[in-house]
Amino acid sequence: MSFFKMSSPLAARRFFLQRSGAVLSGAAVALLAGRDALAAGSDKNGGKSHAGDVRILNTALAAELEAVAAYALGAKSGLLQKPVLDLAVTFQGHHKEHADVLSKTIQKLGGKPAEPKAQYSFPTDQLKSQADVLRFAAGLEKGAVSAYLGAVPLFAKRELSKAAASILGDEAMHWAVLRQAIGEQPVPSAFVS
Amino acid sequence: MRVTTAALFAAIVWSSGAAATGDAGRGEEIYGRCLACHALAFDRVGPRHCGLFGRHAGSVAGFSYSAAMKNSTIVWNEKTLDRFLANPPKAVPGTTMTYAGIPDAGERADLIAYLKSACR
Repeated sequence: MSFFKMSSPLAARRFFLQRSGAVLSGAAVALLAGRDALAAGSDKNGGKSHAGDVRILNTALAAELEAVAAYALGAKSGLLQKPVLDLAVTFQGHHKEHADVLSKTIQKLGGKPAEPKAQYSFPTDQLKSQADVLRFAAGLEKGAVSAYLGAVPLFAKRELSKAAASILGDEAMHWAVLRQAIGEQPVPSAFVS
Repeated sequence: MRVTTAALFAAIVWSSGAAATGDAGRGEEIYGRCLACHALAFDRVGPRHCGLFGRHAGSVAGFSYSAAMKNSTIVWNEKTLDRFLANPPKAVPGTTMTYAGIPDAGERADLIAYLKSACR
């Protein structure tokens, strides 16, 4: 049973996000934010395609910011032991990189990036063990794979589809590693949906 | 004769636009695709799903909806959900549910069956 599929209201844990201090890789910046042509190029749809792309990027950004917070929750829970703790921190760093690049790209396209929420609702009362935390994270990563898969065909700019697919690949690797860590078949099928 | 009856029944169902009866068990698995943004009982990037049926779109108190969703006049039921889930950006242009949709009608029916059963 996934935590997000609990039908009773769950106690939310209040905590505040810390700004990422992660340094973006040059490749990541080039992938999304460094493409000045995206922002400066002509828009055949009178700005509608930019607005649509910004909307997609902002939805992805909001989910990435929540993922950063979720991994922070897991890392601070005291339930994760090394080397799993290191893994969680590494994955959190990836989500921070995704969020930073998405945010910069939104700004380049003239949009206003989503901000981290002051608090998120997480099922903290359901996290009693390392395995609970890993299942929680795996559910988020699985959802992220599907979300990016659903976003890739929607971009007006094909470069953004490519970039989103790159993030999708990273999320899929997270999901597989987490499945492996909780004793499940890491890659359950030939396709994701 | 059986074939004729079956064909007639299928034609009636098709023409009425009625959604197929879904399997909630399969729908629970499909709901995993929603978990980047949604939960049943609380708001995340997207609004909560408990209480969805009969609810006006854009009406969960405290959730920040797009203007497009708030102005959509949709009331969520099997039919409106089926249409929306098939292609959210097409059904509600400007929605922040920037997801291409679930093209398979059977999968949509399964998901809707799960959503109907999950919060009872």
